Amino acid sequence: MTRELKINGKTMVVEAEEGTPLLWVIRDELKMTGTKFGCGVAACGACTVHVDGQPMRSCQTYVEDVEGAEITTIEAMSGDRVGAAIQQAWTELDVVQCGYCQSGQIMSAAGLLAENPKPSADEIDAYMWGNACRCATYQRIRAGVQRAAEILEG
Amino acid sequence: MTMTTSRRGFLQSAAAGAAVLLVGVRADGVLAAGTDTAQDLNPFVRISADGRVTAIVKHFEMGQGPTTGLTTLIAEELGVTMEQIDYAFAPSNPQVYNNLLFGPFQGTGGSTAMANSYEQYRKAGAAAREMLIAAAAQEWGAEAAELDIVDGQIAGAGQSAPLSDFVTRASAMTAPTEPRLRQPEEWRLIGKEGAVRRKDTPSKIDGSGLFAMDIQLDNQLVVVISHAPRMGAKVAGFDASGAEGMRGFVMAKALPDASGVAVYAESTWAAISARDMISVDWDMSNAENRSSDQIREELLAGVNGESTYQNWGDQAATAANVDGAAKVIDKTFYFPLLAHAPMEPLTCTIEPREDGGAILHDGAQFPTFGHMTLSQVLDLPMEKVEVRTVLAGGSFGRRANPTADYNLECAMAFAMTDRTRPVKLVWTREDDVRGGYYRPAFAHRVRVGLTEEGKILGWDHRIAGQSIMKGTSMEQMSVKDGVDHSSVEGVADRPYAIPGMAVGLTDHEKATSVLWWRSVGHTHTAYVMESMMDLISEETGVDPVALRLSLLPGETPAQTRMAGVLRRVADMTDWDAGAPEGRARGLAVHHSFGSFVAEVVEISGGEAEPVKIEKVFAAVDCGVPVNPDVIRAQIEGGIGYGLGHAMRNEITLTEGEPDQYNFPDYEPLRISDIGGIEVAVFPSMEAPTGVGEPGTPPSAPALANAIARAGGERVTELPMLTQVDFV
Repeated sequence: MTRELKINGKTMVVEAEEGTPLLWVIRDELKMTGTKFGCGVAACGACTVHVDGQPMRSCQTYVEDVEGAEITTIEAMSGDRVGAAIQQAWTELDVVQCGYCQSGQIMSAAGLLAENPKPSADEIDAYMWGNACRCATYQRIRAGVQRAAEILEG
Repeated sequence: MTMTTSRRGFLQSAAAGAAVLLVGVRADGVLAAGTDTAQDLNPFVRISADGRVTAIVKHFEMGQGPTTGLTTLIAEELGVTMEQIDYAFAPSNPQVYNNLLFGPFQGTGGSTAMANSYEQYRKAGAAAREMLIAAAAQEWGAEAAELDIVDGQIAGAGQSAPLSDFVTRASAMTAPTEPRLRQPEEWRLIGKEGAVRRKDTPSKIDGSGLFAMDIQLDNQLVVVISHAPRMGAKVAGFDASGAEGMRGFVMAKALPDASGVAVYAESTWAAISARDMISVDWDMSNAENRSSDQIREELLAGVNGESTYQNWGDQAATAANVDGAAKVIDKTFYFPLLAHAPMEPLTCTIEPREDGGAILHDGAQFPTFGHMTLSQVLDLPMEKVEVRTVLAGGSFGRRANPTADYNLECAMAFAMTDRTRPVKLVWTREDDVRGGYYRPAFAHRVRVGLTEEGKILGWDHRIAGQSIMKGTSMEQMSVKDGVDHSSVEGVADRPYAIPGMAVGLTDHEKATSVLWWRSVGHTHTAYVMESMMDLISEETGVDPVALRLSLLPGETPAQTRMAGVLRRVADMTDWDAGAPEGRARGLAVHHSFGSFVAEVVEISGGEAEPVKIEKVFAAVDCGVPVNPDVIRAQIEGGIGYGLGHAMRNEITLTEGEPDQYNFPDYEPLRISDIGGIEVAVFPSMEAPTGVGEPGTPPSAPALANAIARAGGERVTELPMLTQVDFV
């Protein structure tokens, strides 16, 4: 059925049955492929998007539950103050390797910095625990979050 | 060098804006140049008339860094900044883009991307530089020797102009066959800390990077496969009525080799949902039905008897020697099956071309095999098949498969359609974890005989496991006199000068499909060698560093370099001073893929408290460190990959069927598992060697040695989780 979703500030009309994960609506219907499919069971975080500012696993978020919500994906992060700071930090520290998990890492990091502008290493570990990186770029992610916090502090 | 374009012709073509300078090699390996119309040349560097430089990267990017590394080589020799150069992936052409270490075959693996490209890409960049300089020299009436290219400007003899002014003139010249390479004292990029940032970062942090999973072609069908639950099971029949009428479901067809049922739909979710509604009857009569417990018993039996292959020392004499020793250390080790589980599940897309040909869109690690597979299955001549390489979301060996398994599945699925619509194959994580091609299970038994004084008298080392290479098209490369070298590498060819050592190998009968997994045989051989070193250290009371150094007397370059990284990591950790209060340290050193890596793992806990990996130190000697920070990143990643699996991963089989499904029961390393990693990269002028894999082998034995030194269990069976409590 036809639904309206608000993604990155724009209203988009999609065809999706009840029970369709938001992930596949974003990727296949809207062809916005920055949000990644990693496990389908909310165990890796590659599909993380923001729903009303909160990081959510889009593979386990159903389309009917987010009608009317503000959905933000990686594609909008360059235009976001926190997102841009994270991207700058990621660039300075050359965080990425294969890069497939990094959209989700950045979305989670943005969620963390929004609620905790100066997280400690332990706080980063606790918050980012669910975002898997098979390349094990973790210590650069940890340093990247702290560098982004510095950038945001000005 | 010859000049065939007149000044007048030069101006005309410049006005047309058509000329492009390409430099690369011909099929005979000789450097050559041409313009965009060149038919007999595959370029490594392309310079457009506006001066934009592109490195044509013949290796795929799975995060290991060739889009940065090969680009650095061109930029260095040509004389442009990293901002003035882009990268593009090479098309599939095994004759010209072959991996020099693999033969007439294009592929990435064995940590060879830099090792086999270092000379080739530098020469191509240098040839382009000499041609542009020659063009400028002619234009200016200057001597070529007076000119150089710096930051994209050709300068000297009182003149300066951007290299774009000379592209057209240079493109009509013949390439020098032996251009002068810049000497290390001229280097601005190679080996320079902070000089280069990864070229692939921007597209990987804003969602724009195109991975194979991101291919979205107009009108494409998505296919998921209902795979056999056990290896070797065949489709006997299936019922798709449950999927009929589901939105987006198109059709279901058994693959022609009966290995599965292809489910076609208009979208990925529709395909995944429809697959759940299709029931398949499996013929299990020829399927693997052994359980992993049985495989384990067979492998242990394999190391408790005489080895089939005894190509390295006299096994019987060595065994007798050990039996007569004053002290004997006797240990048996076991390593389970492991999945690669790259972050991006396997996927590729086949697109029909208007001329009847086909394009494979893939994060192509072995493009030659994908190319050949499409040619065979679709009955197309090689020149009608094209492979377009896109970013790969990790691999760890999984995308490099002699059977090209997922390319083959996609080709079979495409062949069963009317071939008018693109077909995208998608594996889910469950397909990946349960899909075979595992790191083979291995057992080792080692008996070391020591004299009263603690000197090694004999070392009887027996290995049993399933060969990765036998029966594949890669067999000739690795199997000699019946021995798959990848089963014994790291033991049979260890740099250590060990007296009285014999190594034996017994092949295990095929139990499941197996494949190389980040660092291949070294995943288990380093663990055994370096655990044994610490066991000898415990028995004799000789310090672990001193013991290893005593077996690396510097009689070969490998011994010298291995000792070098060992001393370096001891310095980094102030080893002799001992671990900080409440911590314990374990050490391991290993040689693989031409590189030498020593690591120290520092833990808290271990005896009564749960173990936490607080810090890992590594020293690496990989020859010329082209991009030091990329090397550090690869060693960090290799350590994480090794430790995560050693701590808690295994694939077990119950009557041939994998017990694990997805990340919840194949738990990946998490951010909280390792406190930090510090990597020291050796300055070296040796030819560059691998870094993608060599960080992995020493990590797990260094952890095992740390746990033992903390008073915990001596872990001889992986994963550690069954014996060790982790935080």
